[in-house]
Amino acid sequence: MADQYWLQQAARWIDTVLLGKSWQSIVKALVFALCLWPMARLGFAVLFDPLALGGNPAETIIRILGDWTIQYLLIGLAISPLRSLTGINHLIAFRRMIGLFAFAYACAHLLAYLAFDRLFQWREIVEDVIKRPFIAAGFIAFCLMLPLAITSTRGWVMRLGGARWALLHRLVYPIAFIAVLHDWWLVKRDLTWPMIYAAIVMLEMVVRYRPIQYLLKRHSPFHHNIAGR
Amino acid sequence: MTQFRIAPADVPLIRASEITPKDVFLNRRQWLAGATALTATAGLLPASAQAAQVIVPLAAKKNTSFQPSDAPTDKKLSTSYNNYYEFGTSKSAPANEAASLTVRPWSIEVTGEVAKPRRIDLEELMRLPLEERIYRFRCVEAWSMVVPWIGFEFRHLAALVEPTSRARFVRFTSVARKEEMTGLRTPVPVLDWPYTEGLRIDEAMNPLTLMSVGMYGETLPNQNGAPIRLVVPWKYGFKSAKSIVKIEFLEQQPTSSWTKSSMHEYGFYSNVNPMVDHPRWSQKRERLLPALFASRETELFNGYTEQVASLYSGMDLKANF
Repeated sequence: MADQYWLQQAARWIDTVLLGKSWQSIVKALVFALCLWPMARLGFAVLFDPLALGGNPAETIIRILGDWTIQYLLIGLAISPLRSLTGINHLIAFRRMIGLFAFAYACAHLLAYLAFDRLFQWREIVEDVIKRPFIAAGFIAFCLMLPLAITSTRGWVMRLGGARWALLHRLVYPIAFIAVLHDWWLVKRDLTWPMIYAAIVMLEMVVRYRPIQYLLKRHSPFHHNIAGR
Repeated sequence: MTQFRIAPADVPLIRASEITPKDVFLNRRQWLAGATALTATAGLLPASAQAAQVIVPLAAKKNTSFQPSDAPTDKKLSTSYNNYYEFGTSKSAPANEAASLTVRPWSIEVTGEVAKPRRIDLEELMRLPLEERIYRFRCVEAWSMVVPWIGFEFRHLAALVEPTSRARFVRFTSVARKEEMTGLRTPVPVLDWPYTEGLRIDEAMNPLTLMSVGMYGETLPNQNGAPIRLVVPWKYGFKSAKSIVKIEFLEQQPTSSWTKSSMHEYGFYSNVNPMVDHPRWSQKRERLLPALFASRETELFNGYTEQVASLYSGMDLKANF
């Protein structure tokens, strides 16, 4: 089909030209800046324009940082399925960066909570983690992210060996799941966003299921690209 | 049981001829609304919700006996950061959506265990002795504000209907108009509408308990519960029901909307208490908005111990949260 042909050509062009050798580093720099943008805007607002953060600036900051943590986790999880369905193999070059951004936002989110909400009162913080399931969930998700962030370098992939490294990094599934749970439990009444996040996580897990992946690939408009590789 | 008979307040007598006929009054309102719409379309005012609200100056004698040490919160903040789920669950939704609520004419149906049940017009209630009082306002979400309310003590309203000795509780019901309130049109109701709240009769009759009709020297903005709302400063904010259309004096303890939605989180009393945590967060400290740090120690009864502690003497405040 003609439109499929153009889709395939577009995907090929993205893979070989846009994300190819000569352009990739520029695209990467752009994506990096884009990912940094929400945090930069928050920082700017805190310093120069606190009114932009609304009536409860601390809540806004913690909320936005947490939302972006989940969103980067979900984007990161979408990369592999997108790659295998479209044949745009070079997408994989962005996975580590997105994952590390999820971690960076998680760090900032945690730090903002520790400082603004708990004023670094460690006893209160421990009590919070023990007594409140949603805090515990957030804390567990953060702790699970630590080994992944540490072993994100090429050196660690070598040290662990590809298979073991991949196994360790499957932790990202429970992390995303627990992060969404953390959001779900925290909300007082309106579950719209946690439900959307949960649906995306489920979808991302389902498309990894082999038989479904096979079906999707067969019916993908990029079928030709995938088959050709 | 104490009798809460109170001499009718010093209501100025108004001759029938002095009262604007209702149709003239309504016409004037239509004209006002039309004028606002015109200016909005002419681009003089933002066509936002706030532009359509009619907020007028409201004079009231200042009562400084309960003055907190903190200055009142910036009006812009307290009128744009609100919980009013009938207009949506975000803090900004009420300020954006609440203009669609018609707040005139307005009346409150007062019924139940009273000698003289009746519907009372807002105009009559506005003639009760209005005072300006600056109260601390503590939300269950661990933030707080300081608000200069204008209102009258609830007991003055009660005096108009003469509660009987069987009246042990009071239930307040907020307005619920689907056509005017976006938050009521969600596919799954967020709470059991209409919003209801309850007080024990002695809590309601406490001089601190206000029926508020204004703030910052003006009538209430819709997002803050226009035209008339409850203010119970020693309890968490959600107890202070907004836009009240019905008040019932009851023999049995009523169940509020929040208690129905989550009974282990929102109890009947919901007194501000740093020693009783919300199941999902601590109540030890609070954030006096717009501060970044939640550095303020929350006080028992929100700092109104002197006025209300006697209501709860001998009561286990942890069990009766």
